[in-house]
Amino acid sequence: MDTKHISDQLDSKFFKEHQEKLYQALEDKHTTVEMMDQDDPLHTKMVLNMGPQHPATHGVLRLILQLDGELIEKVKVDVGYLHRGVEKIAENKTYQEFMPYTDRMDYLSPYANNVALCTAVEKIANVEVPERAHYIRMIGCELSRISSHLIWLGTMIMDAGAVSYFIWAFREREKVLDIYDQLTGHRFTVSHARIGGVANDITDTAMAMIKDFADKFPQELKDWHKTLDRNRIFFDRNRGVGVLETEDALESGATGPTLRGSGYAYDVRTFEPYARYDEVEFEVPTRLEGDNLARYYVRMEEMHESIRIIRQCLDKLPKGPVRTDNAKQAYPSKDEVYYSMEGMIHDFMMTDTGICPPEGAEAYHAVEAAKGELGYYIQSDGSGHPWRLKINSPSFKNIQILEQILDGEMVADTVVIIGGVDPVMGECDK
Amino acid sequence: MGIESALGDGYFTTQIDSLTNWARSNAAWPMPMGLACCAIEMMAFAGPKYDAARFGSEVMRFSPRQSDVMIVAGWVNYKMAHAIRRIWDQMPDPKWCIAMGACASTGGMHRCYGVVQGCDNFLPVDAYVSGCPPRPDALLHALMKIQDKIRTEHSVMLDT
Amino acid sequence: MDLELSETQQAVVDGLSGDFTDAFIEVYQSSGDTFIRVESEAIVDICRYLKDEHHFIYLSDVFGIDRFTSRERFEVVYNIISLRAREHLFIKVRLPEENPVVESITGVWKSANWMEREVYDMFGVEFTNHPDFRRIFMPEDFDYFPLRKEFPLLGIPGSIDLPSTTPDPE
Repeated sequence: MDTKHISDQLDSKFFKEHQEKLYQALEDKHTTVEMMDQDDPLHTKMVLNMGPQHPATHGVLRLILQLDGELIEKVKVDVGYLHRGVEKIAENKTYQEFMPYTDRMDYLSPYANNVALCTAVEKIANVEVPERAHYIRMIGCELSRISSHLIWLGTMIMDAGAVSYFIWAFREREKVLDIYDQLTGHRFTVSHARIGGVANDITDTAMAMIKDFADKFPQELKDWHKTLDRNRIFFDRNRGVGVLETEDALESGATGPTLRGSGYAYDVRTFEPYARYDEVEFEVPTRLEGDNLARYYVRMEEMHESIRIIRQCLDKLPKGPVRTDNAKQAYPSKDEVYYSMEGMIHDFMMTDTGICPPEGAEAYHAVEAAKGELGYYIQSDGSGHPWRLKINSPSFKNIQILEQILDGEMVADTVVIIGGVDPVMGECDK
Repeated sequence: MGIESALGDGYFTTQIDSLTNWARSNAAWPMPMGLACCAIEMMAFAGPKYDAARFGSEVMRFSPRQSDVMIVAGWVNYKMAHAIRRIWDQMPDPKWCIAMGACASTGGMHRCYGVVQGCDNFLPVDAYVSGCPPRPDALLHALMKIQDKIRTEHSVMLDT
Repeated sequence: MDLELSETQQAVVDGLSGDFTDAFIEVYQSSGDTFIRVESEAIVDICRYLKDEHHFIYLSDVFGIDRFTSRERFEVVYNIISLRAREHLFIKVRLPEENPVVESITGVWKSANWMEREVYDMFGVEFTNHPDFRRIFMPEDFDYFPLRKEFPLLGIPGSIDLPSTTPDPE
């Protein structure tokens, strides 16, 4: 069928060319998008548009599903409904100024994103980070992993039909957000890590709250396991759904819990330990099945492991400064800024030009965020702004595999599979 | 007081506007246009701690035909703007709009090629919420302001 | 500059300079990461060679860089991971300003599909033999490539439509 036919019948109000190409992309040498046949509607294929505004797409993902009855024959995923060009913004900001934007990349676990940027800048500019700051960062990162997985738990199970989990998961998540509120001053866009350390030390109140949370949360997890692990409905919705084999997962670039649910224990925390992850003990949970249930187990186990890491960090937390005191590399403390001339000048210089990595230097550093490997590639031109900053975002890679794993599934399972892959659009669309 | 005494117990008189406004203002069902980080705070707003149900707004309706207040939560991309406007047009009158957060109100920190600098470029906004992202309390405040606005409207009297 | 290559990296460099003498240009290190620059014509063969012979089975990222120079303006970087040796490796190709075209590596790693589309969307670098070559973030109706250095941060007014503010009768 010639493509002109589609464009004639396409009743689109906006971005005509875009819609047309999207529908054309469904066609290949075996299939063509046919318009509704007047004679026999049962013999025509149905093309279902899902999103960008759909409660189950976790934001603004858009799927074009080609259906044969209830089976999905082919899927095209359209992203970019949250694209704003953070990489362009980064080229116009100093490194420290750019950090609040990383909060808004993966807004379910902002702390990990802050740390990812800071570690990359520290790598390219050779900044030493004090011990205590490393441990505070690890606590923050693990809390952010828990808060992100709680959103996944609440929304994914709500998509599968149980609204009560949304309430329970959010009740626990509010506790994590309260800790952040104490620790960093904001509920979830924290911007707490700084190049060369963190913004402020853990207060006693925050410390007590973290301890309390680490004590009580495992019981909560146990209760959830109790209601879900032997739940027939939950199992029927998830077992064998959205299967991704190990080879396919590696080939198509899955990362994070999606990859680990498919049987490959790739975790940046053990692969290339950053911060002090080599000094704490934890397991990398892995499952072989590769279906949605495997991803559920992996994430639940990860929350257990996060609590374990937090406990060890609290035990090991060394004393000392939380930010490097080299004034050319990091912001001076507020005491210095208010009471000494040099401190104020350094503060001004840091804000104005910021840290300047050597000219022509390039560096890539990745951390294990809640969704997977989150890497920052920075190329410097010697000034305070990056020449090129590339964000290697896990959700982008995970959404890509949706096009594969949705093939041959039932249309009703779409929402569960999207929930199981757990994408964040803000990060995917950059 | 005269009519009520004539009708007996169980009756009271009021203006039809006050009655509709009272009903509308306490059942403002949101259309959650959750785009970005603010959407997560919007979920917290509906969640157990902040509990929008106290204001009759717990029913998040993802179908535009069933909702009254659109909460635009997050930065509005040019590509997305068309979808948002289409959904707004599909909402039945009377309808209200909250621009939640700095990005939806003015473009905020995302002063960049992809982002519409404020959703009021293509939507009539009733309440702006500051903050990046605003705390759920701030969104509750905006909802209360919308309720105040609904209570002062004269929809029925204008119609006749 | 002295190179501190690990065993795998040394093997890769030796292999490339032996088997792909014409295509291999240089190897350099920066901040502990190793970058290998090759000719753009041979990229698919080199990628397949690295995947098959050196176990770089996971493609982490493909991205572009606008060098903003008159010669060889665009750079496409392939970030590949050897899961066995626990190493990252960066393969770079440079492309001219006029008509930047490189062959797609989707035949080697399927995951390159979207990443190459992103490079095209942001820089206008075209990939041949790509199974589904479209823009990814910006709509097709948009005529510019936003991450090129000459593109202004705030965009070009009128280059992309806002919705009409007259109510839709539907």
